[in-house]
Amino acid sequence: MWGSLPILWSGFILTLALSAVSIAGSMVLGLIVAALRTARIPLVPIVARAYVEVFRGSPIPITLLFVYFGAALYLGYSVNLFVAAAVGLSVYHSAFVAEIIRSGIEAVPAGQHEAAQILGLKAHQTFRWVVLPQTVKIALPPLIGQCISLIKDTSIASIIGLVELMKAGQSIVDRTSDPLSIYLTVAVFYFALCYPLSVWVTRKQRKVVHQ
Amino acid sequence: MTNPVINDIGRDIRLSGVSKSFGDLQVLTDVTLDVSDGEVVVLIGASGSGKSTLLRIMSGLETATSGEVTVGGVPMHDPKRAPEIRGHVGMVFQQFNLFPHLNALGNVTLALRKVYKMSKDDARAKGIEVLTRVGMADRAEHYPSQLSGGQQQRVAIARALAVNPRIIFFDEATSALDPELVGEVTNVMRSLAGEGMTMVVVTHEMGFARRTADRVVYMADGVIAEQGPPEALLSNPQNPKTIQFLSKVTDQ
Repeated sequence: MWGSLPILWSGFILTLALSAVSIAGSMVLGLIVAALRTARIPLVPIVARAYVEVFRGSPIPITLLFVYFGAALYLGYSVNLFVAAAVGLSVYHSAFVAEIIRSGIEAVPAGQHEAAQILGLKAHQTFRWVVLPQTVKIALPPLIGQCISLIKDTSIASIIGLVELMKAGQSIVDRTSDPLSIYLTVAVFYFALCYPLSVWVTRKQRKVVHQ
Repeated sequence: MTNPVINDIGRDIRLSGVSKSFGDLQVLTDVTLDVSDGEVVVLIGASGSGKSTLLRIMSGLETATSGEVTVGGVPMHDPKRAPEIRGHVGMVFQQFNLFPHLNALGNVTLALRKVYKMSKDDARAKGIEVLTRVGMADRAEHYPSQLSGGQQQRVAIARALAVNPRIIFFDEATSALDPELVGEVTNVMRSLAGEGMTMVVVTHEMGFARRTADRVVYMADGVIAEQGPPEALLSNPQNPKTIQFLSKVTDQ
């Protein structure tokens, strides 16, 4: 069991890297989709809405397999597993991130826009100085929650063969006969990643309620 | 401090034949009203009479369906020119609409910093000056959630005053307040009126109308049913609708 720790550790590092890259990717993509979703340009919000619905309505393994085999088939070269997993996770979670940000933007009351307009703020100034700070406050707790589920979803990258924490655990179980203690160790690693975020989000929520 | 905000907009308002409809709903019909420099006009009427819509048209938050609206020299009926009014008139809302993420001083100085590009120190000095005028300088660092309704509304008035407006619109500024907090806001409004501010005030406070208005305009069903000096209109109304409305209001 203890001899397997280095393998688990390198899987953990890969999970950490995959989480960080995918969180960044899903936030950037999600912000763009939310902006398109609320844009006053014909057709654009409909396309953005379709994007959101497609990914919300499909299981994440399908998205990962689609990205992996799609890239292999159409780009015609051997796909980097890490990149495929990061793209799949980013795209999938960006749909949820977009909805969180959109509802945060829409939760800012019309009166805030009116007050800013009367004061002479331009649309971009109103967004930057009035809407965005309130959106961040509203959207931060659910965004952290989304990060937590993304971290856990990195385990699904094992189905395309990426040896992250989950796959590392599985490979050890295949060679030894101690699944319970191995999977418990894997769970502890995931927990160590998610729990601090969970504590932080609970504190944030309490603060928001307090204000 | 020298104040770099020079607000050179006019001080009078002219409405001529203004109508407004939302879809099939006709809210205002052929309203004509002039407000002169320094005049305090109070709009009264039942909810749905169109008084708030009229105020929102004057401030540029709504556009008239037809008719001409000129505020401080800006033709508000011209969609290309209406935005010129922004940053030059003040508006005080029923729900205050303070920015919850900024403290009182931040609320008051946001437009000075971002629209008028004032330095931080100048904006702060101007902010404290207008907060002092509404008796809120000692609460400059407080956030809206830490203030009572009356205090929030006084900060909102200070925010409107910061850009040196010649005209301020009040949209039921005291309707969301507990009765014991109404006085502190109407006192501030009264002192502004005394300083020569042009004010259009939608309110249910008949005491304010009686004591402070130069003219009271009674609206019913989207038209001006009756108008005149407060004493005459409130004590001796001629239109049966006005008589009925006023008897209901005084019953409360």
